[in-house]
Amino acid sequence: MKNHKLSRQMMAAPYTAWIILFIVVPLGMVFYYGLTDKTGAFTLENVLDIMSAEHAKALWYALGLSLISTLICFLLAYPLAMILADREGNAKLNRHSLILLIFILPMWMNFLLRTLAWQTLLEKTGVINRILEFFHLPSLQIINTPYAIILGMVYNFLPFMVLPIYNALVKIDPNVISAAQDLGANRLQTFLRITFPLSLGGVISGITMVFIPALTTFVISKLLGGSKILLIGNVIEEEFTLASNWHLGSGLSIVLMLFIILNMVVSAIFDKEGEGNML
Amino acid sequence: MQKELINLIDISKSFTKEKVLDELNLNIHENEFLTLLGPSGCGKTTTLRILGGFITPDSGRVMFDGQDITNLPPNLRQLNTVFQKYALFPHMNIADNIAFGLKIKNKSKSYIQDKIQYALKLVNLDGYEKRMPDSLSGGQQQRIAIARAIVNEPRVLLLDEPLGALDLKLRQDMQYELIRLKNELGITFVYVTHDQEEALTMSDTIVVMNQGYIQQIGTPENIYNEPENAFVADFIGDSNIIDGIMLEDRLVAILGAKFACVDTGFGQHTPVDVVIRPEDVELVSPGEGTLPGIVTHLIFKGVHYEMEVMAGGFEWLVHSTSMFAVGTQVDIRVDPFNIQIMNKPESEDEEAVSLEES
Repeated sequence: MKNHKLSRQMMAAPYTAWIILFIVVPLGMVFYYGLTDKTGAFTLENVLDIMSAEHAKALWYALGLSLISTLICFLLAYPLAMILADREGNAKLNRHSLILLIFILPMWMNFLLRTLAWQTLLEKTGVINRILEFFHLPSLQIINTPYAIILGMVYNFLPFMVLPIYNALVKIDPNVISAAQDLGANRLQTFLRITFPLSLGGVISGITMVFIPALTTFVISKLLGGSKILLIGNVIEEEFTLASNWHLGSGLSIVLMLFIILNMVVSAIFDKEGEGNML
Repeated sequence: MQKELINLIDISKSFTKEKVLDELNLNIHENEFLTLLGPSGCGKTTTLRILGGFITPDSGRVMFDGQDITNLPPNLRQLNTVFQKYALFPHMNIADNIAFGLKIKNKSKSYIQDKIQYALKLVNLDGYEKRMPDSLSGGQQQRIAIARAIVNEPRVLLLDEPLGALDLKLRQDMQYELIRLKNELGITFVYVTHDQEEALTMSDTIVVMNQGYIQQIGTPENIYNEPENAFVADFIGDSNIIDGIMLEDRLVAILGAKFACVDTGFGQHTPVDVVIRPEDVELVSPGEGTLPGIVTHLIFKGVHYEMEVMAGGFEWLVHSTSMFAVGTQVDIRVDPFNIQIMNKPESEDEEAVSLEES
């Protein structure tokens, strides 16, 4: 018996080592650097530096843009997920695999490459403006603005919103939908009272999966926002790379972590209610 | 008979080129317990879904109380469905499930409250208001599904194999429950099942279907005792289906022996199918019956003995309360009333299931 337990522990060893080496130790280091100054003495200065005008602005910007992007992703993803999950319509039109392919194809390309492509498209002398110029239309000036960043976020993170919603929708028993109609609900009532509440779990995980990477991104803002717009992700990145101030970078990371944890707590509460009585 | 409430007129429906219903005509009366009975793929569920409005027929009309409702969506029809796998709303408690249809119709709070109490009492589940569907057993969920449907006071309740997922004992209890409900509510039930025993127990009228065609419509007694073709005879209960020749009115030749019967109008020397129910085959001492044979199998079934008797080159299935040991020489005798003569099948769907399989 004891032997058995021992061998099981042995088998788990590589995973335990992995977790300790690559998750616990780095996290500990972030906390160590974040809560000490250059002499190694304990300080809250790095964390509290988020209050400085420049950093606070970067944080609010990041929060604002990622919230807007998450909302746009949700508004785009929900109808798309419904189309994908509509088995009857798919069977009729034989379109399921085509939509899925169009949708997944860009994901085969590298994330950086896709964002760079948007840069080329949106540039002042980029592809889109050349075409507009050709037709004597006013040029599009959105590169290096928040709009370009939102576009980049929505474009890159949309699939992470579609997939969980799609998964939640296909799990709904079609008979439940029929039952709602049978009991007198029209299409809108069926959607509001049955389909949407039953897909809420997927919506919540979609929001989490878009909001967190959008909040922490520095690549999208760097490539599409130029150097004009700094998000909190860019600030942290620059503290590590350019300024070589690991203490401040870690301190700000801790602040960001708080927001991520907050988001997760909120989703957990909502999801629990989603399983229960939402009406 | 009460007045006609629903008329299905020349209903045809195909799914991806396969014809599921072919010019089906059916009348359903007020306050009738009508069962659509048949093997899977016979079109019974399609018929029910056309009634419910979930499927539109390719051709034909659905009349409800004199009005054409063929293209009316389900939410505007005066009937409610109890689905095979209950289809309760998993995110609502029992009270909210039952109240769903009433809330859609904007009924008052006190009315809804009264209806919930009434419906829960009717299905013997008072006190379950706050429970969630997944905390209920299959039988309880099914009763909630019925309660959810009947609070809307439909004129017709459609039931799609509602007992299919329940175990045997529960199924039998629920059969009585359904008959009681039907009598208390005084509305029309249209019930779909593949279980012939269920159909015989509960129905006023049974509609036997096969391959998209109605084979026979009649009372349970009528369907059981006077099947119109080999399919019905074979599908409803056990039966001996034997080739015979109608020699003249009231006389049929089976396996070389002449049996008196009560059927007329088949002409002379006409090949027919003869149906004799196993409980109608009497075993008597040699010389006293019509056809000599020998007992080949014997099983005790509780209420009766089931025996197989080889007579005239045919293996007869016999149910009897008296026992004859294997190897016993017996004679077969059949009361003329218990011999049912049928025309030979004219199409595949009228053939017995066992013939189809061989």
